[in-house]
Amino acid sequence: MTIFKHELRQGWTMLFIWSGIIAFMLGICIGIYPEMTDQMEDISMMFADMGGFSAAFGMDRINFGEFTGFFSVECGNILGLGGAFFAALTGISALAKEEREHTAEFLLTHPVSRSAIVSQKLLAIETQIIILNGVSIAITALSVLAIKETPDTQSLTLLFLSYFILQTEIAAICFGVSAFLHSSGLGIGLGIAALFYFLNIIANLSENAAFLKYITPFGYTEGADIFANGCIEGRYLFPGLVLGILGIAAAFYQYGKKDIL
Amino acid sequence: MYAIQTESLTKYYGKSRGIVDIHLQVEEGDFFGFIGPNGAGKSTAIRTMLGLIAPTSGKVEILGKDICSQKEAILSDIGYMPSEAAFYPHLRVREVIKLSAGLRHKDCTDEAALLCDRLALDREKRIRELSLGNRKKVSIVCALQHKPKLFVMDEPTNGLDPLMQREFFTLLEERNKEGATIFLSSHMLSEVQRHCRHAAIIREGRLMLSDAMENLGQTDAKRVTLRGTSTPPALDNIRDLTITGDTVSFLYQGDRTELLNALAATPLSDVNITDPDLEEIFMHYYDDKIPSPDTQL
Repeated sequence: MTIFKHELRQGWTMLFIWSGIIAFMLGICIGIYPEMTDQMEDISMMFADMGGFSAAFGMDRINFGEFTGFFSVECGNILGLGGAFFAALTGISALAKEEREHTAEFLLTHPVSRSAIVSQKLLAIETQIIILNGVSIAITALSVLAIKETPDTQSLTLLFLSYFILQTEIAAICFGVSAFLHSSGLGIGLGIAALFYFLNIIANLSENAAFLKYITPFGYTEGADIFANGCIEGRYLFPGLVLGILGIAAAFYQYGKKDIL
Repeated sequence: MYAIQTESLTKYYGKSRGIVDIHLQVEEGDFFGFIGPNGAGKSTAIRTMLGLIAPTSGKVEILGKDICSQKEAILSDIGYMPSEAAFYPHLRVREVIKLSAGLRHKDCTDEAALLCDRLALDREKRIRELSLGNRKKVSIVCALQHKPKLFVMDEPTNGLDPLMQREFFTLLEERNKEGATIFLSSHMLSEVQRHCRHAAIIREGRLMLSDAMENLGQTDAKRVTLRGTSTPPALDNIRDLTITGDTVSFLYQGDRTELLNALAATPLSDVNITDPDLEEIFMHYYDDKIPSPDTQL
């Protein structure tokens, strides 16, 4: 597990910064909720009147009067987008950075199989995602306690689970892409995460584009659907899992036969 | 058993040539030099031997094992020093050395300390603070600390100062005496001539020659550059003569005393006598003896 530990050490600073920023923003967002509860009905009505804009962010079907409704939109965007960017950056740089910095030659001339390298890097990415989510959940729990709210924990658990799966899927796809790159792919990683985010917004805006929800992982993190159904939408989740598995399979296949130049 | 044996080893990058039909044999315990100008295919051949790149065709056996099927077993017996000494920039020297040992599942603490002392390497410095020469030293420690059976060194002395080059070759010679095989690539003919017992010459991706050093080392030509004159000295065995303004440059291959006597009789402001670089030898010396790469050997 030398590579696993090495990867965690390498990614520690980035994990610390991203977890800190996301947790801090979640805390702030939850902290302002009590002040906003009085105005929530007005806000809900306002969002209901805003048509396409509200629909784009799934806010037309959410009750802002409830903490979970507020949380899924406000905090969901923080954890959803922040987590997606973190997952994309971590996934895309895992294999490509070794070639960009010419350290692949150092690593791959040690008696470690390429599949072991891929496995341990993958495990390190997933561990970092778990830590990021653990910190987010812990700060959310503490903030909720601090404002003395008693939210529907089952709904919140499902919401957090959906974001965790989203981050894992995006990391897996970017990891697969990373195996094909010879130089930095940070732009590509951020592009993939942003593309998925905007695909969901487009899907929310138009019935004709609703099929995009099958492609973007943001399709199964929609708070309104999760709360209404009491589960993560399987029809959107399944294609996401397939994409994630394809990304990982591509990484093993491509990195196993790649020429290190 | 050969330490390195390749059969018809060929690598093409798409349509561009890497190496073509390389048959190479390096005996166990040998000190072997692999020489060729930049871009000749030295690094491609070495990377294929280490499994970093897959050959287009042909076969590589290292210490009797096939590189494609037994790569990990082979790599545990190899100490490799890449031409670019690149490490994780934020790590300290001792952390890189420990990481390398950890990847080999070995505790090499004592040997690493010994090597760092001999090479005057500060273990507390971060990689990003090191010069190329010091990064090369880290590379040497990583290649030597686990006492492998075979050393593969790609342009190892590039960036090392002369004192360190001497220490480096002393280390290699010690390991060689203990039974290890040394395979090093270089474009510096002089260092290969000085240290290696056998050598192979690669040009444009093809192996030109592979022989004992004494058979190859007859390249006693010197590059002579004279300033302050526009007339070359009256000597036989002069080739590649160029006269630019008050500078005369030529390759001389003959008796050294005759050269010095001729120079003494020539009014000069400066004189420079160096080993010709390998490309010059290829162009002006080996060309006469070796068929071109397109000709069947």
